[in-house]
Amino acid sequence: MVKKGTYRVKTGLAEMLKGGVIMDVTNLEQAKIAEDAGAVSVMALERVPADIRAAGGVARMADPAIIEEIMNGVTIPVMAKVRIGHFVEAQILEALGVDFIDESEVLTPADEEHHINKWDFKVPFVCGCRNLGEALRRIGEGAAMIRTKGEAGTGNVVEAVRHMRAVMDEIRRLQNMPEEELMTAAKNLQAPYELILECRRLGRLPVVNFAAGGIATPADAALMMQLGADGVFVGSGIFKSENPPARARAIVEAVTHYDDPDVLARVSKKLGEAMPGLEISQISAEQMLQTRGW
Amino acid sequence: MKIGVLSLQGDVREHLLMLERIGSQGIIVKKKKDLNSIDALIIPGGESTTIGQLMEKERLIEPIRKLAQEGMPMYGTCAGLIVLAKKVSESNQPLLNLMDIEVRRNAFGRQRESFEADIEIKGFKTPFHAVFIRAPWIEKANAKVDILAEFNGKAVMAQEKNLLVTAFHPELTDDTRIHRYFLEIVKRS
Repeated sequence: MVKKGTYRVKTGLAEMLKGGVIMDVTNLEQAKIAEDAGAVSVMALERVPADIRAAGGVARMADPAIIEEIMNGVTIPVMAKVRIGHFVEAQILEALGVDFIDESEVLTPADEEHHINKWDFKVPFVCGCRNLGEALRRIGEGAAMIRTKGEAGTGNVVEAVRHMRAVMDEIRRLQNMPEEELMTAAKNLQAPYELILECRRLGRLPVVNFAAGGIATPADAALMMQLGADGVFVGSGIFKSENPPARARAIVEAVTHYDDPDVLARVSKKLGEAMPGLEISQISAEQMLQTRGW
Repeated sequence: MKIGVLSLQGDVREHLLMLERIGSQGIIVKKKKDLNSIDALIIPGGESTTIGQLMEKERLIEPIRKLAQEGMPMYGTCAGLIVLAKKVSESNQPLLNLMDIEVRRNAFGRQRESFEADIEIKGFKTPFHAVFIRAPWIEKANAKVDILAEFNGKAVMAQEKNLLVTAFHPELTDDTRIHRYFLEIVKRS
């Protein structure tokens, strides 16, 4: 019996991406630069988050023609984003044959209460989180991979750090808890009890967890890896910088050798200007992307 | 027996856990010096283009080739199969250029087509539950290469002396037989 679209093949693809960098691209030329630099996957978009932020208005799924062009032009897996709760955009991406769907707070939410029931799909989903409860709710809905949200399009790593630390701290706390406190933990975290037990047993999330949102330098990427990320998403950080190919290659090496400061020092040299950063306190509450979804 | 797992990118942890389960010691290999202390090498699943480029940057290709030619057992899963091959159809990505096979990448299709199936493996008494993820197949093989398993007429597991490859991922299952089979090759070498 041949079984397609099982949870094992979905989470399995995420396992294969570990130790890698997933890069946002808006056209085939950028996708090829990313592939040549050693990206494990590309995220096909119409605009990178920094431009989405600047443009304002409603941000939606990209034009399928752009996604298809990228799918046909590179050999690595191609991801694309749908709005939170917009299961029809997800049906469209599945029909296109996209390899991974990101139900993303970077786009304008289509549903402020419900995320997509990801069990309905054969294509795996990655979803954002700010803490353990949010991660486990998404996994409960069928997400095969998690990424911490950070604050996309800022080039400022502070929120990514906050969210990764939150997830890891909560897991460590679960591991040290007496058993009778676990149901209360599930209640407080608003997370499925079985997944709480699994996190405690594994000492990590039950699926792969990447860092995202604000990573702009090789040092940022290595920082997220040392804090416990399985890999990183780099959005605006590459193609909004002065020298995208060099920066992309450097971030790929930094993720592999994240615990080797000599390599990090070497790859951090002469990369040109990083993307201009944005101070979080300069962003008004309604402009924050991370608070979209629950 | 110290078995290195090439740890540039991919599902390294799953191979290390598998080795632990069969009572062997897995060693992380990222740099040339890490090759000095190992008796065998596993190249994990991951993105073959990424792993190839990182091998090139770390100048690992020649040292690994030399060790394989001297007889060190090596086992590649999925991306590892691709990297161990002499040729990849329609690609000029960096390879170890060791096993006399031509490989087609993503041959079974994109992620939507990824699948699980029970397959027969030569010498195994019962079927093996194989997990294929954007998997390659072996398009052509030299007569010296022993094809150990096929799926729908496509070669998905093969051995050429000290080199073993699978297009699927035993490390994503609880079945330790292929890793134990590899350990036997290591013990004999």
